[in-house]
Amino acid sequence: MKEKFINSLKDTLEIQNREILPGDKFREYKEWDSLAQLSLIAMLDDEYGVAIENEKFMKLITVEDLMNEVISHSK
Amino acid sequence: MPYLEFSNVGITGMAGAVPVNVIDNYKYTAFFPSEDVKEIIDKIGVKERRFADSYTCSSDLCFAAAKKLFADMNIEKNEIDLLIFVSQTPDYRMPATSVILQNRLGLSDNTMALDLSIGCSGFIYGLSVVYALMQQNSFRKALFLDGETRSKVYSPKDRKTAFLFGDGGVAALIEKKEKFGKSYFSLNSDGSRESLIKINAGGYRNPSSAETVIEKVVDEFGNIRSEEQGYMNGADVFNFVLREIPKDFKNLIEHSNTGLNQIDYFVFHQANTYINGYLMKKLKLDPAKVPSSIEKFGNTSSVSIPLTIISELKNMLDGKKKLLLSGFGVGMTWGTAVIDFDGCKISEIVEV
Repeated sequence: MKEKFINSLKDTLEIQNREILPGDKFREYKEWDSLAQLSLIAMLDDEYGVAIENEKFMKLITVEDLMNEVISHSK
Repeated sequence: MPYLEFSNVGITGMAGAVPVNVIDNYKYTAFFPSEDVKEIIDKIGVKERRFADSYTCSSDLCFAAAKKLFADMNIEKNEIDLLIFVSQTPDYRMPATSVILQNRLGLSDNTMALDLSIGCSGFIYGLSVVYALMQQNSFRKALFLDGETRSKVYSPKDRKTAFLFGDGGVAALIEKKEKFGKSYFSLNSDGSRESLIKINAGGYRNPSSAETVIEKVVDEFGNIRSEEQGYMNGADVFNFVLREIPKDFKNLIEHSNTGLNQIDYFVFHQANTYINGYLMKKLKLDPAKVPSSIEKFGNTSSVSIPLTIISELKNMLDGKKKLLLSGFGVGMTWGTAVIDFDGCKISEIVEV
């Protein structure tokens, strides 16, 4: 489940030629911006049926924070 | 959940007007590097849009559309008993713009004129009000105007909104005819999300002052705007759309006992290409039945649904057609409608 999430996140953010790790702060990725956030929202809805309100989302700092939040709410 | 239902009333003619000034969005690079602009536009899909000049208001675009409609349909002006104007960019704080338009258009003093302040769901909300009032025996014809100059609302230095919005106005004639079958509306509001899309100052809660017009850097991305310019929390707007729109869509389809295959066209508010594309995929709709005008006109708020009908379906509405309309935005408010078109005359778009 965790591996699948990390692969989906990598695809969604269009990260190429490098691995991403649970401890990464995803907002520091050069691929991250408000457009990438829209892609992430679509992926979470499509693959996990999860929506994270922005207020809560802003408190998620690392890939692992995001992954744990998504997996705990996944339908 | 309450639904509205009407019989024997429908849109018999539509006309639209847009400013002549075309913004080539890829070249809209005064405040951002062109590679950033390209990335944004490739995603939101707004290649061109129209900007009104500083003298042209929403009402002027609607006025031009109404003149075209009157000319093309040989409308007897004194048969119009109702004028509704939907906009959040009116001429003045008072009086209401609809009343000024009653006079400019030469309509009778007996016309009931009313402004409705609604954003992206405004065409659907407004149409339901027109249909409801047209249940009155004495009302013969209604003129429904819907105009926006959103280009004047948002900061060109805030990349979240700088490339999205455009201007336009439409006029629709609504008449009673037995050929129109039943129409159905679902209308919703959630004021707990008032802050998702908002202009904070310039009303009476936070009146205009020297302070409210000052431009400030507002976030970590360096976006700049004043309190009198609109802002949008795009992420939560998208979350809201994903949660509410498919639900309302399915509820009205079910309530109106309409098969998806009975609907000829699905006309969504033109939010942006990414959101609309995802919504279409989520609802499993045939792209050939989902017209889009966002490439040409951008997001024109409440005008986007009727402008899409006018620009994309002008030659596609021969005979009887069933349309589903879906609008959502500032408020938040959202609505879905299933309406019949039968012999609706659609005029060429006028440039102002």
